[in-house]
Amino acid sequence: MVPFDFAYYRPQSIAEATALFAALERDGKRPLYYGGGTEIITLSRLNLVRTAAVIDIKSIPECRSLDVDNGSLVLGAALSLGELEEANPFPLLTKAAREVADRTARNQITLGGNICGQIFYRETALPLFVAEADVIIAGPYGIRQCRFLDLFHQQLQLGRGEFVVQFKVDRATATLPHFHRKRRKQGEVGYPLVTIAALKKDGTVRVALSGICPFPFRSADVEAHLNDRNRPVGERIQAAVDAFPRPILHDIEGSADYRLFVAAQLLEDMLRELGDGETV
Amino acid sequence: MAVGKSIIRKEAWDKVAGRAKYTNDFKKEQGMLHAALVTSPYAHARILSLDARRALAAPGVRAVVTGEGLPLTGEDMRDRPPIAFDKVRYYGEVVAVVVADTLVQAEQAARLVRVAYEPLPAVGSPREALKEGAPLLHEHLDRYEKNKTTYPEPGTNVAHRTKIRKGNIEQGFAESDVIVETSVSFAPSDHIAMETRCATAEIWPDGMIHISASSQSPFMIKKLLHTYFGEETGKVIVHTPLVGGAYGGKAPVQLELLAYLASKAVGGRKVSVWNNRECDMVTSPVHIGLEATVKIGATKEGLFKAMEILFLFDGGAYSDKAIDVSRAAAVDCTGPYRVDHVWCDSLCVYTNRPYATPFRSFGHCEQAFAVERAIDELARTLQLDPWDVRRKNAIRPGHTTPTQVRLTKSNVGNISACLDRLRELMRWDEWQRVEVDAYTVRAKGISSGWKTSTIDTDASSGVILTFNSDGSVNVISGVVEIGTGTKTVLAQIVAERLKMDVDCVHVKMDIDTQTTPEHWKTVASRGTFMAGRAALAAADDAIRQLKDIAACVLRASPDDLEVGFGRVFLRDDPAIFLPIKDIAYGYKFPNGNAIGGQVIGRGHYILRHLTPLDPETGAGKPGPEWGVCAEGVEIEFNRRDYTYRIVKAYAVIDAGKVLNPKAALGQAMGAMSMGLSFASREGFLFDNEQRVLNPQLRTYRPIRFGEHPEYIVEFVETPQIDAPYGARGIGEHGLIGMPAALANALSLAAGVPLNELPLVPELIWRTQEGDSYGSV
Amino acid sequence: MEETTKRELVLHVNGEQRSIVTRQAETLLFVLRDGLGLTGAKPGCLNGDCGACTVLVDGTPIKSCMMLAIETVGKEITTIEGLDDAPIQHAFVRHFAFQCGYCTPGFIMNAHALIERHPGADQATIQEWLESNICRCTSYQEIEAAVKEALAAKKAKTDS
Repeated sequence: MVPFDFAYYRPQSIAEATALFAALERDGKRPLYYGGGTEIITLSRLNLVRTAAVIDIKSIPECRSLDVDNGSLVLGAALSLGELEEANPFPLLTKAAREVADRTARNQITLGGNICGQIFYRETALPLFVAEADVIIAGPYGIRQCRFLDLFHQQLQLGRGEFVVQFKVDRATATLPHFHRKRRKQGEVGYPLVTIAALKKDGTVRVALSGICPFPFRSADVEAHLNDRNRPVGERIQAAVDAFPRPILHDIEGSADYRLFVAAQLLEDMLRELGDGETV
Repeated sequence: MAVGKSIIRKEAWDKVAGRAKYTNDFKKEQGMLHAALVTSPYAHARILSLDARRALAAPGVRAVVTGEGLPLTGEDMRDRPPIAFDKVRYYGEVVAVVVADTLVQAEQAARLVRVAYEPLPAVGSPREALKEGAPLLHEHLDRYEKNKTTYPEPGTNVAHRTKIRKGNIEQGFAESDVIVETSVSFAPSDHIAMETRCATAEIWPDGMIHISASSQSPFMIKKLLHTYFGEETGKVIVHTPLVGGAYGGKAPVQLELLAYLASKAVGGRKVSVWNNRECDMVTSPVHIGLEATVKIGATKEGLFKAMEILFLFDGGAYSDKAIDVSRAAAVDCTGPYRVDHVWCDSLCVYTNRPYATPFRSFGHCEQAFAVERAIDELARTLQLDPWDVRRKNAIRPGHTTPTQVRLTKSNVGNISACLDRLRELMRWDEWQRVEVDAYTVRAKGISSGWKTSTIDTDASSGVILTFNSDGSVNVISGVVEIGTGTKTVLAQIVAERLKMDVDCVHVKMDIDTQTTPEHWKTVASRGTFMAGRAALAAADDAIRQLKDIAACVLRASPDDLEVGFGRVFLRDDPAIFLPIKDIAYGYKFPNGNAIGGQVIGRGHYILRHLTPLDPETGAGKPGPEWGVCAEGVEIEFNRRDYTYRIVKAYAVIDAGKVLNPKAALGQAMGAMSMGLSFASREGFLFDNEQRVLNPQLRTYRPIRFGEHPEYIVEFVETPQIDAPYGARGIGEHGLIGMPAALANALSLAAGVPLNELPLVPELIWRTQEGDSYGSV
Repeated sequence: MEETTKRELVLHVNGEQRSIVTRQAETLLFVLRDGLGLTGAKPGCLNGDCGACTVLVDGTPIKSCMMLAIETVGKEITTIEGLDDAPIQHAFVRHFAFQCGYCTPGFIMNAHALIERHPGADQATIQEWLESNICRCTSYQEIEAAVKEALAAKKAKTDS
């Protein structure tokens, strides 16, 4: 239940959306783009989000794209995780999506919302990191396309009035051998202790993690250690874990030390499954 | 006819059609006001000032109620202000109630109430609270009004101490070959019923106070409004409809007091107080925590000689019903075993945590966790089979309980038979621990359990039966339908006694305390027992009245008549009969003369021979009978990553007599699930200032569909002579042994003693790897 | 520019057109319960965690506590009150798949959608869908039996 009032808008195009945002911003309404709405509604109830206007992007056709274009998969930011799961254009993303929240919630949670909201796990960003996806962003200055990882520093760096329209993933990359595992404190539903998404391209693993830090990450240092064939696997993993960004989360889901213990084992599982050429 | 059959519950179709109404479902009348609670962000603080002016000026706000001048409340000892006044003692404690036209307005205004606090050091666990120099929560512990059987220790954080002194503990240890000491602990947790608590209150010009409440204790609400606020009980009418789960959490009276105070503050207008999930978990009372040490002295064959038990219950900031829980655990402290020498101190300790209230099994799953872990450790020390140790010590008729009640075949179930059957069902002899592969271990763990109720010695239950013109019957009982199916079982009992089709026995589901006879509280697995006896008495009363009328008409002695199959008939010649529908409202002769009148069956039952406990020895009779159970789990443990799954869960419960098989199974399995959920993943997490970190279902996560084991449940039937058709209470027993059984199985699998709850993989990892790793 | 005042919404609920004046920020759950008197969907957490508020929007299970009523204009909303003698309701009754009944409407709506959409659902799919709802009274064993029975019946019907 939202304990304050806001106006609800549903533009039919990108241009309409950005124009609306600009006008509402000028009027002091502090507008928010609205995807599934689950976070806006639940955080509003706790007064952690406050706005006088929401702009629902689910009627913008480009945001709902599920397509192939010039060898790229086009994934609209307003597609729900449930829809992505059912269509399964990108298996690693499907595996990541199906561990978020629960099935019914995923009928609402959108790809863009999971990545751009306040909750910091952003687990669907992990497959997009390792697939080297591009992100298409609309804003007051028009539309731009960038490498997703370049624009992501703990969070997607969006300017005021910008919103994510789509992600683009190279089709061939989307079918590469991959690995996904999510370990929770206990049980099958809930926030992650550690989530790992990985894929293997040209004999090299690419890894992204969530749950370790208060942001998802893909780290060149971590990958360099994991792919260092000159060292035994145990050492590679230890070096990779040491190279994790800090701070390591230490909270109600679990301690920092335990997270690192779990992460090391999941990395071991990943290297074994993606076929490292060396017996683990 | 009906008893022993799996009769579908009377309200089943209302529930699956979504038409069943719970307290917050009733139509919100025009003009009904809504309350929002202002709660404390500190676990221990002085309230320096409270400024409600901005809130009062906010749109729609009609009143802000604060704690000034309010009487202290509490069922055994009055230590709790319904709204905090000079001090807050737990995170989430109510400091003000804002009343407004709409819920949104009340919530918005609640944020405008300015409270200035001076934080005080907060005390977190019972052991911390008992340390020399620990902050004192209740400086005036010596001045609180209390009942005769409550023994606080002023100058400390001890709200109450129950002593059990049976036999001679020194002698017991002297006769022991080994003495094994085990300590266990778990933090407070929550009932998390799916329906959060809700209460409305309205005071009419004629002085009648109308309360509606999602409560297990509608009749207690009347009494407490009198005790605390001086209202006449005859002027309080409580309406309780179907309740969406309770498990003991809706037995205390808390929100109802706020609704009453809110209504008073707005001239008697109707006010609704409805808990959001966060308030329901933290502000309203919780499931008690525990730190315990159990010392068992035994011969080398495993015969128990002595048990010395220390229960330090984390009752939280106020004692309310926590004292009773700590007492109940003491009453049955040893578990269902013969122990001649018992020394138990059970303390209800104040801490700066949300205050505790009964949780399903009322101190017994807590007691069982401590003692059954200790028994397994003893068995391991002696290198004896844990089942053998339990079996050879199993309590029997002729033995005495910790409170020195002599047991008979009637007042105690057959724990030996339960253990014997459990052994078979679990295939205990085939294996107990098996290494399936390099990482996977399967293990079994068991626990016994028992429970008597510890309720007021004059607790009673009443039932009224009325008839309809078609000969069908209405059963009116003060038992609340919280999901146990008891009201349907009452219909079965009445149908059986009246020898009629259970479909013609209608049940009034809702409680209206003005017209529904009182049932003390819907707790303690005593609904079927007490209300069932009352229902039988009411049925017999109705039968007498029917026979009296029929005797006139049929010109026969009532002694020669029988009632059944919709008729009153001559035993010697059933062809001579009258249909009940023709006499339930009296009988009209052909010439117009009428005799008799409405048949109204009345029945009541009061528990017999109950006594309080002796303050020094604990001797006394707290309850009518002991239900027993033997339970176990089979788990699969991954030694590499410390994760596990619960594969099977077993329970053999002595039900006395199973009145409704599918309903009984449902209750047993539901209780087992709750016990496994509690043990494997539930518990509040506190920061260093005793603030609750996980007051949401997002972060306090019970078992979900798909995580459930296979349940194998059987019943043994040793009738309890006083009970309707011999039935013992069983609503709670499934829960009692689950936490201990799970801990026993995991301890065996992991090879380390696991004595803390919840049993999450990190705990097992930390215990195995050594305590060098920090937790939160 | 529109003001943040209440709006009149026309919603399609259980095959009927229902008109309601409500805040734009109001959730579907509150509009159904307080506005339209359909109290079958329940508030359990208002946080999307428990599933007691589950209804169907265009046949898809949605947690109505996390959806704005205004979003559902033009869509078909089905609540528990809109089911009439559904096989899943019979199965729940027969299998004793509820006790207090509070989580039941949410579970039934979710299961009903599963049965309609995936009559051939395997164990993994059943688990994936139904772990969206919490039941505190039962062990889930009876719910599993009821859902599987209703799935089998639907599959048989669809196959024949």
